[in-house]
Amino acid sequence: MRATPETIVPFRAKGFAPRSNPVMGAASIAALVGLWQLGSSLGWISPVFLPAPHEVAGAIYRMAVSGELWRHLSVSLWRIVLGWTLGTVVGVAAGFAMGLFTLARSPMQAFVGILFPVPKIALVPLFIIWFGIDEGSKIATIAIGVFFPTVISTAAGVEAVQKNLIRLGQSFNLSRWSIITKIILPGALPSILAGFRITLSVSILLLVAAEMIGAQEGLGAYIIRAGDLFQTDSLIGGVVILAALGLLFVGLLGLAERRLLRWR
Amino acid sequence: MDAQVSAGQVPKIAARNVSRIYQTVDGDMVAVDDFSLDVTDGEFVCVVGPSGCGKSTFLRMIAGLDTISAGSIQIAPGGVPGKPLNSVVFQEYAIFPWKTVIDNVAFGLEMRGIARKERLETARYWLDRVGLGKFAGYYPHQISGGMKQRVSIVRALANDPEVLLMDEPLGALDAQTRVVLQEELLRIWEETRKTVVYITHSLDEAVLLGDRVILMTAQPGRHLATFDIDLPRPRSIETANTPRFVEHRALIWEKLSQEVKRAMEQNQ
Ligand SMILES: Nc1ncnc2c1ncn2[C@@H]1O[C@H](COP(=O)(O)OP(=O)(O)OP(=O)(O)O)[C@@H](O)[C@H]1O
Ligand SMILES: [Mg+2]
Repeated sequence: MRATPETIVPFRAKGFAPRSNPVMGAASIAALVGLWQLGSSLGWISPVFLPAPHEVAGAIYRMAVSGELWRHLSVSLWRIVLGWTLGTVVGVAAGFAMGLFTLARSPMQAFVGILFPVPKIALVPLFIIWFGIDEGSKIATIAIGVFFPTVISTAAGVEAVQKNLIRLGQSFNLSRWSIITKIILPGALPSILAGFRITLSVSILLLVAAEMIGAQEGLGAYIIRAGDLFQTDSLIGGVVILAALGLLFVGLLGLAERRLLRWR
Repeated sequence: MDAQVSAGQVPKIAARNVSRIYQTVDGDMVAVDDFSLDVTDGEFVCVVGPSGCGKSTFLRMIAGLDTISAGSIQIAPGGVPGKPLNSVVFQEYAIFPWKTVIDNVAFGLEMRGIARKERLETARYWLDRVGLGKFAGYYPHQISGGMKQRVSIVRALANDPEVLLMDEPLGALDAQTRVVLQEELLRIWEETRKTVVYITHSLDEAVLLGDRVILMTAQPGRHLATFDIDLPRPRSIETANTPRFVEHRALIWEKLSQEVKRAMEQNQ
């Protein structure tokens, strides 16, 4: 029989496979900024309503040359690094406990269930009383905010490790500790790193919240002060720097994922 | 107790009146019932039985990975210090997705603290023997199901244990690769003379590889019959064409088919 076009099998497994394209991501941001600049230059957007991109850039430049940028950024970075690390270390340990031990499991599930939905921002005044108006309350706010999502993603990762891999380890006479470090940790790593994606954003969010009260330095304090003075160009400049910080974190995490999850 | 043990000889594996009862939603379920098996040092024992009769359960109990409801299992330790007592090839082959093929094979050695260079040499040697040398650096998601099964076989072999416990290790392979690996297993066994408990669905495989074939009844798994396979060694795939082989096979098949029929009638 001769193959007619009708008998050719059509390919049906199309679609449902979105791909990443960093160029498209950057281009869409550039397009948005371009539109914004165009709108401002043509007078469609009032400068009181929203300052033009070049004015925001000017505010950032002035901030940079006066040394203000570095002063606020370094203080904020320090708080994030400390708070995030603290929350992550304790959270990962707690997540492992929750995923591994009967004794820890139900009590921790109950605590996390109750406390996770509580908005940490609302608790900032309380944290100031508990941990002091200085660095203590800021680092604690970030650490506690980071802690809960970390516990949840870590415990989920630990639980998702295939039981037969654990049996395999036991068949090789591995100690409990070796099974945790050699089998459960690498098995749970994808889920733990997915949690980092969330907690890195959460830490920026809570940084600003914590710096809103009683802070002289830090990007949050800078943005609040600019807002109080209706210096919208400085306000948006601060926000742009926070966004850049978020982008930096995502980039670093992507690097870590490519290194650690090469096997996927 | 067990007539197969010659007087005075301590069996390598001694399973005595072993039972395993699972608690299920329908109440207690007897998976293995009063099952005894002695395996002498250097013996290759094949276990055959209808699906669900408790073969994997029994193997897991020998490996110390499942609780024994009644009876006892002992493995006599060998004289070599540091040599692992047993290695398991699981029916649902388990391999670490985050380790390359060669690191998976070297896993047992790594955990015993053997230097990287030495353990990779050993792993490489075993990979070559099952035709996976080219895939040493691949990650498991990049190889086929049959290849993964071969990886889990050579991981057990590379570990060089006293006793090898294999649960349908060639189950996921195509007929041709299966035959090639059966011959390879025969050669490896000739060289190492390890004590092996080998579960299979294939009577041909059981007769070809085993010194003894143990038949189990359908669930609950009890001892049905034991067949001594007196075919001369070394064997090869040619052995399967000899009249003695065909005789053995026919004898076992008769017993097994009766059991399968009986079980089906019982379940009606
Ligand atoms: N964890 C468990 N809980 C309850 N029942 C189980 C459990 N594991 C196995 N069983 C039951 O025990 C019986 C024996 O199972 P097993 O896996 O040992 O069979 P098998 O002989 O290896 O079968 P196959 O040849 O299909 O691999 C089955 O009826 C199964 O349902
Ligand atoms: Mg089985």
